Amino acid sequence: MTSALPESQATVILRGIVKRFPGVTANNGANLEVRKGEIHALLGENGAGKTSLMNVLYGIYHPDEGEIWVNGQKVTIHSPQDAIRLGIGMIHQQYRLVQTHSVTENVVLGLKEYFFFPEKAARAHILELAEKYGMKMDPDARIWQLSAGEQQRVEILKALYRGVKILIMDEPTAMLTPGEAMELLHILRRMTAEGLTVIFITHKLEEVVEVSNRVTVMRQGKSITTLETTKTTQSELAQLMVGRDVLFHLDKKAVEAGADVLKVERLNVMNDKGLPAVVDLSLDVRAGEIFGIAGVSGNGQRELVEAVTGLRPISGGRIIVNGQDITQSPPRARIKSGIGFVPGERWMALIPGMSVADNMILKNYARPPIGNGPLLDREAVAAHTESLIKEYAISTPDRHTPIKRLSGGNIQRALLAREISEKPSLLIVAQPTSGLDVGATETIWNLLLEERARGAAVLLISDDLKEALALSDRLAVIFEGQIMGQFAAREANLEHIGLMMAGALRPGLAAAKDNSTAGESA
Amino acid sequence: MLEFILAAVRAAIPAGTPLLYGTLGEVYAERSGVLNLGVEGMMIMGAVSGFAVAQTTGSAGLGILAAAIVGGLLALIHAFASITLRVNQVVSGLALTMLGLGISGMIGKKFVGQPLAARLQPIHIPGLSDLPILGELLFKFDIMVYLGILLVPALWFVLYKTRIGVTLRSVGENPSAADALGVNVAFVRYAAVAFGGMMAGIGGAYLSISYAPAWIEGMTAGAGWIVVALTIFAIWDPRRALLGAYLFGGVRVLQFRLQPLGVSPNLLNMLPFILTILVLWLSSGQAAKRRIGAPAALMTAYSREER
Ligand SMILES: Nc1ncnc2c1ncn2[C@@H]1O[C@H](COP(=O)(O)OP(=O)(O)OP(=O)(O)O)[C@@H](O)[C@H]1O
Ligand SMILES: [Mg+2]
Repeated sequence: MTSALPESQATVILRGIVKRFPGVTANNGANLEVRKGEIHALLGENGAGKTSLMNVLYGIYHPDEGEIWVNGQKVTIHSPQDAIRLGIGMIHQQYRLVQTHSVTENVVLGLKEYFFFPEKAARAHILELAEKYGMKMDPDARIWQLSAGEQQRVEILKALYRGVKILIMDEPTAMLTPGEAMELLHILRRMTAEGLTVIFITHKLEEVVEVSNRVTVMRQGKSITTLETTKTTQSELAQLMVGRDVLFHLDKKAVEAGADVLKVERLNVMNDKGLPAVVDLSLDVRAGEIFGIAGVSGNGQRELVEAVTGLRPISGGRIIVNGQDITQSPPRARIKSGIGFVPGERWMALIPGMSVADNMILKNYARPPIGNGPLLDREAVAAHTESLIKEYAISTPDRHTPIKRLSGGNIQRALLAREISEKPSLLIVAQPTSGLDVGATETIWNLLLEERARGAAVLLISDDLKEALALSDRLAVIFEGQIMGQFAAREANLEHIGLMMAGALRPGLAAAKDNSTAGESA
Repeated sequence: MLEFILAAVRAAIPAGTPLLYGTLGEVYAERSGVLNLGVEGMMIMGAVSGFAVAQTTGSAGLGILAAAIVGGLLALIHAFASITLRVNQVVSGLALTMLGLGISGMIGKKFVGQPLAARLQPIHIPGLSDLPILGELLFKFDIMVYLGILLVPALWFVLYKTRIGVTLRSVGENPSAADALGVNVAFVRYAAVAFGGMMAGIGGAYLSISYAPAWIEGMTAGAGWIVVALTIFAIWDPRRALLGAYLFGGVRVLQFRLQPLGVSPNLLNMLPFILTILVLWLSSGQAAKRRIGAPAALMTAYSREER
């Protein structure tokens, strides 16, 4: 069933694709066969070569070896333009949109049919397509005004407008809220019903099972196997990907929570637009506990962590770390007081063009053994970096490689390695496993639990409710900058959390509505 | 007093015209994502080649055409270095300026001190030029002044209302987005940089063919650097380029007017540059507030396989 397909059924065939980069082979004889009208999931560890393989198909990368067949024809794809001509579209993980331009300008960019802007016919066609696939869209909105989910719809419209037959989506749900992800899967089904073919890269096994017809698993640049989705299970897929069993066994020892490490009192923070993002928020995180904040992204989480780390001015309230009022302290003083920070936006904490080694010393370069007066001790830098690479299993050609060249999972590992190795007393992590494969997710969850066991206070921000529930000792739900409810994670009521995330259940109401809910302390 | 103001405006417009051409060109180049610090070099080369051709052929028009070609060709050197070879744009642009200043001095030697026979003449617009005061003030210029003014709405329109403009701006904001939709990023950048060079060349030629009209070594006297600053002042918008160019034209005129009144010439020479700093300071704050600013990909080379 899996092999020996009649070729007429396959709309795309990639055969023996090899793509090398200095120091790494991204694809090492990868094969892929995609049938017309199916949703084909592409699964694999971080760095397995999924994105590279799709970039080859879309003409972004030139393969060193291998053949590409599209609709029964052997083709050479030199550029995205060639791919577009063949009816292929690709939505990258980092959206390729011009932030300052309107939706219409982004959609018709590169087309020859219009000369004058804004083009009424283009607007009308965009609206028509959006309607057809059940997407809401304002063609005149600027991209920067749109949420991640809306931006993705613009990317989808770009492809639909060009009449794509084969749409590649690279981790399309990584940046979406659960609601938006559901909508996307819905849109994808609509598209395949119209005869489109979708190639879908993801790390979320539930999605594979829910939406795909077939799934190809990649490992170390090669395709391991292709399976009918109905004939496999999540655990089999995880096992195939990683080459070992992924048990999601969490080593969650009982840890006696200690003194308050972080105390936030009636905090008020504005967002970039000058509107209140965090409103009178109070919380406390104790040593040896993970305090989770669940909620749909964009409800003040970013502003909250930026305020605590000193990256954003506050308009009211107090922040106390280890008994010290740091409300007025600059970021460096806060780092000194023991704060480690892994932001949701990785590039906020790493410098893309700088080497792995230089990124690893961004926090401790001024102190011995790394800093030696005004000079850097390069040998100490090397030793420090090599030990982190080994301890945290960061996969990189060497420590001199610019960090932007690593795969997403390894970039995240490197960042965590740097922050944790500083042994912070307060570790703030936002979306720690977004974009990570199941194996890496498991590793990072265990790293966070180790920090907890060491006695660190961990403030965890996550859009992924499963993650927040699995890791947290106590959990708070944030909505529009306010805490809707706070409870012990093991007593959490999923239905209540869902309502709180949507703002339908408020602190005052919660008590009145359901007195039986244990652990309500808000 | 009125007399003084009228005379100042009357003089500011031609003084600002070379700046206007240069700035309009640099706005387009930078909109594509390429900073060209070679404006000073391209302007002076435009000035010397424009003068040389106008003097030898007896045609001011041919002189300006030649200056445009020379400016465009010089810009292509910068384009090749920064787009194809991916050399640092600052380094490559500075090299161009030094190259231009050097070569222009060399080839201009024999033209020094020659009066230009074929200078541009003010054009007489029937009716308008005969108006009292206003006619004298606004309608007694040569063709290049009016052409420069007409270019402002034209280039604005192209930039914001046509496919060319959308493509150009997209390449300057996010080349990977443009590339993924099949836009030839390198071609767009080459074209924009070459256009910028042609405009700088014309701006330079205006100095030697109409404003002076003569060839004097180093006659651009920093005008190219003011263009670079004006591009920022203009927030990369042709309409504001007009405002900025005439403002700085006015400052240049003021230099000449204040000197006889006993103001130190050293101080006056500093005037345009002090104003430049002031203007950059003011415009940066304003741009940040309005969420507009430099093209996001300015000064970054693009390569498809790089991530
Ligand atoms: N442009 C590039 N330059 C250098 N190395 C690259 C480049 N693109 C990919 N690589 C390397 O190729 C390997 C495969 O990367 P790729 O992005 O295809 O992995 P992936 O399967 O998509 O991983 P992830 O799940 O983390 O996104 C990685 O080791 C990566 O560092
Ligand atoms: Mg990838």
